[in-house]
Amino acid sequence: MASQGFRTDSARRRPARSLPAGQRETDWPGVRLHIVTGKGGTGKTTAAAALALALASGGHRTLLAEVEGRQSIARLFDVPPLPYEETKVAVAPGGGELYGLAVDPKAALLDYLEMFYRLGRAGRMLEKIGAVDFATTIAPGVRDVLLTGKVYEAVRRRETIRDGGAEVERPVYDAVVMDAPPTGRITRFLNVNEEVVGLAKVGPIRNQANSIMTLMRSNLTAVHLVSVLEEMPVQETADAVTELEQIGLPVGGVFVNMVREPFLPPSALEAATRGSLDRSEVLDGLAAAGLGRRSRATGNDTSHAALATALLEEAAGHGERVAMEHTERGELLSLGRPTYELPALAGGIDLGALYQLAGLLGEQGAA
Amino acid sequence: MTLDIDTLLDDPATRILVCCGSGGVGKTTTAAALGVRAAERGRRVVVLTIDPARRLAQSLGLAELDNTPRPVAGIDTSAGGALHAMMLDMKRTFDEVIEGHATPEKASQILENPFYQALSSSFAGTQEYMAMEKLGQLRAQADAGEHDWDLIVVDTPPSRSALDFLDAPQRLGSFLDGRFIRVLSAPAKAGGRAYFKVMSAAIGTATGLMTKLLGAQVLKDVQTFVAALDTMFGGFRERADATYRLLQAPGTAFLVVAAPERDALREASYFVERLEDEGMPLAGLVLNRVHTGPAEGLSAERALTAAEDLDDAGEHALTAGLLRIHADRMRLSEREKAVASRFVQAHPAVEVAQVPARPQDVHDLDGLRGVGADLARSGQPVLSV
Repeated sequence: MASQGFRTDSARRRPARSLPAGQRETDWPGVRLHIVTGKGGTGKTTAAAALALALASGGHRTLLAEVEGRQSIARLFDVPPLPYEETKVAVAPGGGELYGLAVDPKAALLDYLEMFYRLGRAGRMLEKIGAVDFATTIAPGVRDVLLTGKVYEAVRRRETIRDGGAEVERPVYDAVVMDAPPTGRITRFLNVNEEVVGLAKVGPIRNQANSIMTLMRSNLTAVHLVSVLEEMPVQETADAVTELEQIGLPVGGVFVNMVREPFLPPSALEAATRGSLDRSEVLDGLAAAGLGRRSRATGNDTSHAALATALLEEAAGHGERVAMEHTERGELLSLGRPTYELPALAGGIDLGALYQLAGLLGEQGAA
Repeated sequence: MTLDIDTLLDDPATRILVCCGSGGVGKTTTAAALGVRAAERGRRVVVLTIDPARRLAQSLGLAELDNTPRPVAGIDTSAGGALHAMMLDMKRTFDEVIEGHATPEKASQILENPFYQALSSSFAGTQEYMAMEKLGQLRAQADAGEHDWDLIVVDTPPSRSALDFLDAPQRLGSFLDGRFIRVLSAPAKAGGRAYFKVMSAAIGTATGLMTKLLGAQVLKDVQTFVAALDTMFGGFRERADATYRLLQAPGTAFLVVAAPERDALREASYFVERLEDEGMPLAGLVLNRVHTGPAEGLSAERALTAAEDLDDAGEHALTAGLLRIHADRMRLSEREKAVASRFVQAHPAVEVAQVPARPQDVHDLDGLRGVGADLARSGQPVLSV
């Protein structure tokens, strides 16, 4: 969709800001559209939000767009549900701004029709006879063209600002981050061109699909993959890399989420998994720490012996898990993509946690 | 309240078990584990999986996506049960619906139509619709005595939202049978005369716009598709409605699967409420991958303080490490309990079964047996409200 039109975006009404601060050293110079996908449950939305925040820091303006109608951005940033309008959801360290947008296919379609056909009341009639429903839910591929089209428009939108005496034109957003559908559906979602080509050989939808595809295949775009160190998500990540490369989309980085640090040195981990840790040493340690007596509060058996057995059992599970994570990390590294690690946060994800994760992504060169 | 899985599985009145929930919570594994357990307890089971992980599929002997239930090897059949499993091929299922309801000539016309091809392979709701269709077929085959299955376990597609499973079939069904598609194909038939006058402007705009947006060819494809489908009109919505009624009938039980995380439980809540609204029988919630510990009596705080004391004293590094492992696990467990108890408070009548987290993924029959045993293990300390 073209570079103007659409609804009034609050991003355009704000006072012009100064030109961006000096470019940072990142792994993705020149990339303006970051598409984030991952298997369900890997923390894809959290990673996308942290990346958007990291990209905004240092005086940049970033848009985080969601396309699945879940209102995840509003929940994550603890703001009211987002309207179909770019809304400021957070400020980033160093004067940056983060905007959020929940893309709605129906609103996007009506916008689009309004822009090109000046429909007015006819738009509502279309809705009445089911044409809007048809286009946004049934017509194969059209929904995805509308969703990606809105994001495409945000990437390309430009504004004119006054820098000293001169008028300078620049993009409204330094970067756009799309919280995309999960890996299982990502290739089909992004491959809008292929989707539509089977259906529409000519016409505006087809042209639109072509323009979106050109942007997504260019070096302005990177498709990042979020995984955790478990077998299925890692396998899906590897599959997604292959599929994305097949359709010519630029694969970005791998975000390893919810990483937990081992609590024991390697030799002890191995012994823990084998069940050969020194039990008497653990018993002594518990005695020294004053732990291990019958607790009246819970009635549980927390004698030295029972506690030692329980802790050794937990340590064995921990050892097994660390070993598995080691294997899976190897699999992810073998994909040969830049890799970023995000820790599991015991307190869960809140706004503070997002800033912490954003900081870590910045340090590792993701933004 | 604890969900008693074995009673549910053993009850001959239980004919269909639907596992639903948001993506990444372990629906497919749960469905497979229930199938294995029911079969080994004497039921004759068929498991319909949608998109299993490769190694899980292999463990069920599902090397290819061929849309036909295959016997699963390695099942203990001494109790008289059996297990079949299949992976859904949505395009093939759609093709079969067409082939089953149209003359060979018409069927091939439809199958070759570009709009049909796009619709059957890429519409986001087709997978849900075809999962329901396949479920209906399996049930009909069982009822007709073609197979001796007495329990069908269904995994649901990895939808945008768990509710899509219920809505998409009707959405597609009502589109295929609905007014709009008739409007597109034959505007003059869409209504009476007075009505026609009012609607004609909108219809004209609609067809005009469709032509502009998608090109004239698309509209022609849609019209040809509709014309070819003519004999099947009514059939789609009817079939979707019939399967929907099957889901409301006694003998069907829904299991909502969730991980003890905020988002997954929120989806589970929506689903539970929706099932109640629709009068669909909810058997309970499977809370998957729960971190419980053998030493629940020792809190995270105490364990961490003790670990620090040991570090300060400069001794017993091993014990300090073990205490930190424990504290980390307890913290996670406490957070899980907090989100789970919110669900329990909101839905006190929903029975819950917990499956402890495993250090490794499940991808063989023994692993599935283990999950099944965990599902059935009742009387464990459940969530404290």
